[in-house]
Amino acid sequence: MAESTHPHARDILAEIEAEVAHELEEERPPVGGRAYQTVGALVGIAIGVGAAVLAYDYGLGSLHKPGPGMWPFIVSVVIAALSAVLLVVGRGLTDSEAFTRSSVLPVVGVVTFVAFAVLLPVTGFEIPALLLSVIWLKLLGGESWRNTIVISVVTVAAFYFLFLYGLRIPLPHLIAF
Amino acid sequence: MDLTAFLDGFALVVEPKNLLYCLVGVLIGMVIGVLPGLGPAATIAILLPITYTIDPVSAIIMLAGIYYGAQYGGTITSVLLRLPGEASSVVTVFDGFALAKQGKAGTALGIAAIGSFVGATISIIGLTLLAPVVAGIALDFGPPEYAALALLGVLLVATIGSGNKLKALIAGAVGLLLATVGRDSFSGASRFTFDSLQLADGIDFVVVAMGLFGVGEILYNLEQRHGKRHVPAKVGNVWPSRKDLKQSSGAIGRGSIIGFVLGVLPGGGAVLSSIVAYAMEKRRSKTPERFGRGAVEGVAAPETANNAAATSSFIPLLTIGLPANATMAMLFGALLILGVSPGPQLVDEHPDVFWGVINSMYIGNLLLLILSIPLVGLFVRILRVRPAILAPITALITILGVYTINNSVFDIFLMVGFGIVGYLMKKAGFDPGPMVLAFVLGSIIESSTRRSLLMFSGDPTGFVTRPISGTILAAFVVLALLPVARSLLKRRRSAAAGVESSAGVAEVDAHRGPGNVGIAGDDGGRDVVVLPPDALDVAGVGQRVRVPEPGAGKHDHHRTE
Repeated sequence: MAESTHPHARDILAEIEAEVAHELEEERPPVGGRAYQTVGALVGIAIGVGAAVLAYDYGLGSLHKPGPGMWPFIVSVVIAALSAVLLVVGRGLTDSEAFTRSSVLPVVGVVTFVAFAVLLPVTGFEIPALLLSVIWLKLLGGESWRNTIVISVVTVAAFYFLFLYGLRIPLPHLIAF
Repeated sequence: MDLTAFLDGFALVVEPKNLLYCLVGVLIGMVIGVLPGLGPAATIAILLPITYTIDPVSAIIMLAGIYYGAQYGGTITSVLLRLPGEASSVVTVFDGFALAKQGKAGTALGIAAIGSFVGATISIIGLTLLAPVVAGIALDFGPPEYAALALLGVLLVATIGSGNKLKALIAGAVGLLLATVGRDSFSGASRFTFDSLQLADGIDFVVVAMGLFGVGEILYNLEQRHGKRHVPAKVGNVWPSRKDLKQSSGAIGRGSIIGFVLGVLPGGGAVLSSIVAYAMEKRRSKTPERFGRGAVEGVAAPETANNAAATSSFIPLLTIGLPANATMAMLFGALLILGVSPGPQLVDEHPDVFWGVINSMYIGNLLLLILSIPLVGLFVRILRVRPAILAPITALITILGVYTINNSVFDIFLMVGFGIVGYLMKKAGFDPGPMVLAFVLGSIIESSTRRSLLMFSGDPTGFVTRPISGTILAAFVVLALLPVARSLLKRRRSAAAGVESSAGVAEVDAHRGPGNVGIAGDDGGRDVVVLPPDALDVAGVGQRVRVPEPGAGKHDHHRTE
């Protein structure tokens, strides 16, 4: 009896895990295909090989006196080797997500981040912060204009007082009292 | 155990300022637990810059509060929306949502809150008693032991955590590589800096964490949010009846122990323990068919276990200086920023931090119990806040936060760069968690390995001949080879017995009730259709239905292992 409960017990665990996976699966966008897995593994190989070449140039030294390149070289070789295994073994994996039309949204998000960083030292933080929240609320979030304007202004004002007066952190700013 | 230090720790925690930070921490934790999207690791990453402005003890108390507070908050959405706020509350969905449909959402939330409190408190008592002992043992560790332990930590997090193990190992190795960027502390040579002055001192941990976790998750959430509105179920009476309490007391007790034990293991943590605790109750139950249809134990067990695990995962961090999961890696980084290096000497050198954090958890959990039972209605209302409104606010906190660390625009660009990497990793099925963790441990592994080699005058067998480091390395090898051996064994077995595997399929499905399929398990033939692998394969590869790939189908589930 005791022997038979053991495999059964593992079945329940495996079954619940499957169920959990299924539960998570329902909310997920479509799975990316083999190309995604291949690209992922190739990027890994590229990082490993590239870093190994650089590390080799830094000097490996010996075990008695390891050079600066020894440890990064070992790690890079491991990355390349594991990625090569992944290239072969991982083709059938379904844990990637396909890019869809809504993948444009993060791209817009990145652009606003970069624009913010460029504008910050030039104009202070108020204008880029206001622009960022307007774009995120209206364009990315689909809020109404009224909500967008109210929330953006309140948010920027709150950050202004929080950082400059609450935490007393000197941010580049335009408006001074 | 040093009783005076323990009591001093309490005195520190009940200082109004620290009580306030504790309250703020658990409140933030509950809120982000309720809101699907940002997890505790991402939230702590985003808030890391704050640690530069407040004192160490308060900062750690607050950040720790976010972590265990999130475990409470995650329950609420699981029960009311069938939408787990945190991965560790996924199994709670089965019975929690079933109870909610029967109008017993309040009971589920009440039992979860009580279970969480009991589990966490038992775990803190264990932590209080065990942590100083473990730290005492670890005091004898030298560089070889540290190198071996840290390496084992990276391996464990990669292999026990969710997701594909190979991918997690690759991510971990890339994290180790990233840690080498900058000036080599032994020879002074610049590595991977590409002649950039900003990279000469290495990459700031906060920038990496904020990028990979914070920005990566923000970008990912932007894409996921296509206006699916969920209407929360009604919450009735939150106080569970005496019968419910009696019914779940066993589950709470067992959940506490399972959570405590699994939480200590690196990579184990809250997610695994909640699944194991649920499985345990279902197996022990005389009426397993109730599970998935609104069994209170099905809520009590995983919720107790995930809180107990969240608490006990502090043990390796505070005693050996090894973060057990991604969130602990955040706290590890935060401690380093504050000039406190976590490890066996922590209890002696910084008893205020050590006991302050541990004792704040007694208070924090009490606060959470108080917050979550009477104020549950308030948190339900938070569910109505649209994620679109919070997105720009989190984005601004992140950008301004990373800028203020060094007043550096370069840091913003670097963070956005890591954010893009984090986003792409998620898309390609790589978990950024092991990468951040390995990044934190990278310099420890390298410097202790090289220091050990100096000790052994270049003879690498020294690692194996020292008893403790030898044992740890042996464990490393066994754990590294175990999955390979298991998959080989599985392949051989499945090739040998096709009959057995088909029986297994039928069984998996018979229990697949909770979703929306009948539990009756009428016949084996029809069931196969419902199996996830088929559905996924179809979604993934489109037209082709590949028959001879049961192995690949199994792989689909490793996300949650």
